[in-house]
Amino acid sequence: MSTASGAAFALKDHLAMLVVVTPLLGSGVVAMLPRGAASWVVTTAITFATMAFSILLLWEVQERGVISYAIGGWQPPIGIEYRVDILNAFVLAIVATMGAVTMPFALRSVPSDVNPASQPWFYAIYLLCLTGLLGMAVSGDAFNIFVFMEISSLATYVLIAMGRDKRALLAAYQYLIMGTIGATFYVLGVGLLYIVTGTLNLADIAGRIGDAYAVHPRPVMAALAFLIVGISLKLALFPLHVWLPNAYTFAPPFATVFLAATATKVAVYVLLRIYFGVFGAAIDVSALPIAEALLVLAIVAMFVASILAFYENRIERILAYSSVAQIGYIILGISLANENGLTGGIVHILNHAVSKALLFLAIGAVTYRLGHPYLEQLSGIGRKMPVTTAAFVLGGLSIIGVPGTAGFVSKWQLSMGAIDAEMPLLVFLIVASSIISVLYIGRIIEVAYFRPVSKDCERATDPGLTMLIPIALMAAATLYFGIDTALSADIARDAAKLILTGLKS
Amino acid sequence: MIAASPETLMIAAMLVPFAAALLLPLFHAVPAIREGITLGAAAALAVIVISLVPHVMAGAQPEVLNWELFAGVSIGFKLEPLGMLFAGVAGSLWVINSIYSIGYMRAGDEPRQTSFYVCFAIAIASAMGLAFSKNLLTLFLFYEILTLSTYPLVAHKGNDAAKAGARIYMVLLLGTSMGLLLPAMILTFGAAGTLEFTAGGILSGKTDTTTMAWLLVMFVFGIGKAAIMPFHFWLPSAMVAPTPVSALLHAVAVVKAGVFTMLKVMVYVFGIETLTETGINEPLIYFVSFCLLAASIVALMQDNLKARLAYSTVSQLAYIVLAALLATSTSIVGGGLHVVTHAAGKITLFFCAGAIYVAAHKTEISELDGIGRKMPVTMIAFLIGSLSIIGLPPFGGVWSKWFIGMGALDAGYTIAVAVLMLSSLLNVAYLLPIVARAFFRPLPGVAPDQPVQLAEAPLACIVPLSLTALACLVLFFAAEPITEMVAMAVTERPAIPETANAR
Repeated sequence: MSTASGAAFALKDHLAMLVVVTPLLGSGVVAMLPRGAASWVVTTAITFATMAFSILLLWEVQERGVISYAIGGWQPPIGIEYRVDILNAFVLAIVATMGAVTMPFALRSVPSDVNPASQPWFYAIYLLCLTGLLGMAVSGDAFNIFVFMEISSLATYVLIAMGRDKRALLAAYQYLIMGTIGATFYVLGVGLLYIVTGTLNLADIAGRIGDAYAVHPRPVMAALAFLIVGISLKLALFPLHVWLPNAYTFAPPFATVFLAATATKVAVYVLLRIYFGVFGAAIDVSALPIAEALLVLAIVAMFVASILAFYENRIERILAYSSVAQIGYIILGISLANENGLTGGIVHILNHAVSKALLFLAIGAVTYRLGHPYLEQLSGIGRKMPVTTAAFVLGGLSIIGVPGTAGFVSKWQLSMGAIDAEMPLLVFLIVASSIISVLYIGRIIEVAYFRPVSKDCERATDPGLTMLIPIALMAAATLYFGIDTALSADIARDAAKLILTGLKS
Repeated sequence: MIAASPETLMIAAMLVPFAAALLLPLFHAVPAIREGITLGAAAALAVIVISLVPHVMAGAQPEVLNWELFAGVSIGFKLEPLGMLFAGVAGSLWVINSIYSIGYMRAGDEPRQTSFYVCFAIAIASAMGLAFSKNLLTLFLFYEILTLSTYPLVAHKGNDAAKAGARIYMVLLLGTSMGLLLPAMILTFGAAGTLEFTAGGILSGKTDTTTMAWLLVMFVFGIGKAAIMPFHFWLPSAMVAPTPVSALLHAVAVVKAGVFTMLKVMVYVFGIETLTETGINEPLIYFVSFCLLAASIVALMQDNLKARLAYSTVSQLAYIVLAALLATSTSIVGGGLHVVTHAAGKITLFFCAGAIYVAAHKTEISELDGIGRKMPVTMIAFLIGSLSIIGLPPFGGVWSKWFIGMGALDAGYTIAVAVLMLSSLLNVAYLLPIVARAFFRPLPGVAPDQPVQLAEAPLACIVPLSLTALACLVLFFAAEPITEMVAMAVTERPAIPETANAR
């Protein structure tokens, strides 16, 4: 009895580590499995276990506050610290949950892109990618974040390259180059910080950087610049987004769903952590020109990417550009740096993840039936794949920000942030870019419902249950987070408050 | 009458048309059942909304559902007098419109009839949601659903002209509502911290006069369904739609949703005292008066019957917006009543236009010489509708125009009274010549004394237009309860001494 309760107690204490170690070890196991089906089963089990750990962790953090975990018992700042507060617990839960609930979709989708012999490898790489993303979110050590960033990036290059279209290789290569530049910038920034502060632990850097800034302001500013640019490449902030559309278009649909829902979001988290948690805690961030630059780029992203989306003729690329625009919203919230704005930005990490996952799942189902279609070929698909198309429309409404969907909650919070920042014009800009999203989503809906059924779609039908279940789950989540914000905006507000109280003004 | 709680009735009013929309596709292949469902649901809805009236008259303001999205922002429903008025119009005209639709669609052998009835039912369901909205956000949501659900109806014919018209319809309505109404709503929330419709308004004392004046401009132009110039031309371009849809747009739901929203915003967001005390409504009163006359003059120049009626609607809507902006109790009562009387008059006129198209395939006014001899019932109904729109006794239209005029005097805008009188003359000039032409000009190719074979539209078209013409007459004698109900919306508020003295 005492051992059992002792074990349970121990499990609770090690959640921060388990979230990363479970998929990492699982990856090794899956790589050794002989067949596709078996590797799917094991991967699913591992992702669900990881999801459970991440949710427990979020729970723990809500109950107990910040959790600090010393890897291998080496105390920080010497050892690597995993440090979980409400902000990264939220991000961890999103990433791990997305990684798990989309797994049923993989069962039918992955075999149509990856040959059976390679499937265990695919899943192993997938778990590695998950490990990297979760590691980036959980770690409190600047260099450790870099290591996980590389793990996730390398895994992502492989995942993209496994797309059935030859152009997937080019897309992966493009991302490889861009991603490497981003990672290099990041590590240069970390290096500069290490030179001026002599530590890699984020909390420790935050404690020392104020003094360092007083003595050597330039290296500190250079470090910030390198870090922001490096992370912005990873999170596909306009104009550093060019790797994203091809990557999302040609990757296997399952990988696209996962990456669209998680990868850029974790980079957003790292930006929040470095910008506010490290620099903001020690230096008055409003004195730095970063917020203005981010604000401008965010607005440009919201408009230019939306307009580009409107002129695309491949549905995946429309959604990819839409993602770039939506990241603009998140960055907008961050640049406002007030409670409502940050809440909007952070909650959009979740709301956009859910909506975009829904959209890419629906498109994945279409791809499963029809191959990679051009928009024109999808005319009349609404009559042939009614459930899938309806789900797609719901996701589209959430991207637009229609009340009752998740997207509305974020955009409302962002608008309130703009009003609090005394920038009412920004409200018009937020709305105006939503109108552009009406146009590109409306264009897809018009083709899907108001055109005669095309030859390509004639024999298409809704996919089987394994694909419909994750689609239905994401559709339900899109509606749920539009109606009840206890799990989304409320947590995001706690995170925003935490960030703001840590700021030195 | 149904003896159920008003809360249940409200939910039923929203769910009945929605349920019909879900059921209809199942009977795609069986027109009789499909039309039976439409008629059944429409009749049920009419009974339900009429059963709600006594509750409202007794002063009840039942509330259902209240999903709080986040602090201060919720989706919920509450029945109040103005909402009852709009729900009553949309709910009772749906059944008449459905009878007409069935006649029209069958006679014209129109394609895609199932999706037509489905979209129609969704539009009615959203009109109910809009009528019952407890706050601006809920109203906005249903406002947009109404736009989206009517878009396929406008595009129904499927040819290039219909698609182009429908695109203008959609772009203009979505553009104004998202580009102006939505930011206005967000900024209102930013200032007031709430969006709940509240007697006396929510903005008073919450922000400065300049901001409020800009908000008012954004609301007036953002509510594109009220067709204030320059955002009015979706209405003429939407006339490509089949006639029952025109009736839906012009009388049953769409433009009425616009002016209803306008009344709600003036009464419950700004508050009529706030509007008159700050004087922010003044420039808009002049502007809307100008629109009112301009639209009448444009109507005068149209030869296409539906286009003339469309511009007439633009002008008549300006009456209601003007009434809302005048912001006196009397003008609000007049505006509310005009929602009803104009609905009855304009639906009659559109039904007649459709009947002429179905029976004689004529769309231009210049082709209507002597048609009164072939279609006497239709043209007499047209005359009645015209007289009611002009505002002559013994038809309902006289009262609403009377109250709006009195309201203008109360508010001290004599010029608005002059505009109203001039406009009535213009109404005479663009409506009555049509009737005169139909009855007094000879039929082409037929000698004046030669007997003419009657060639009316099918009975399913004739009965509804006779009923709505009758309604124009009934409204003359039965305006009292309606004015009483609307008055409850403007008098049930904390009395402010100065305005009480002024009256």
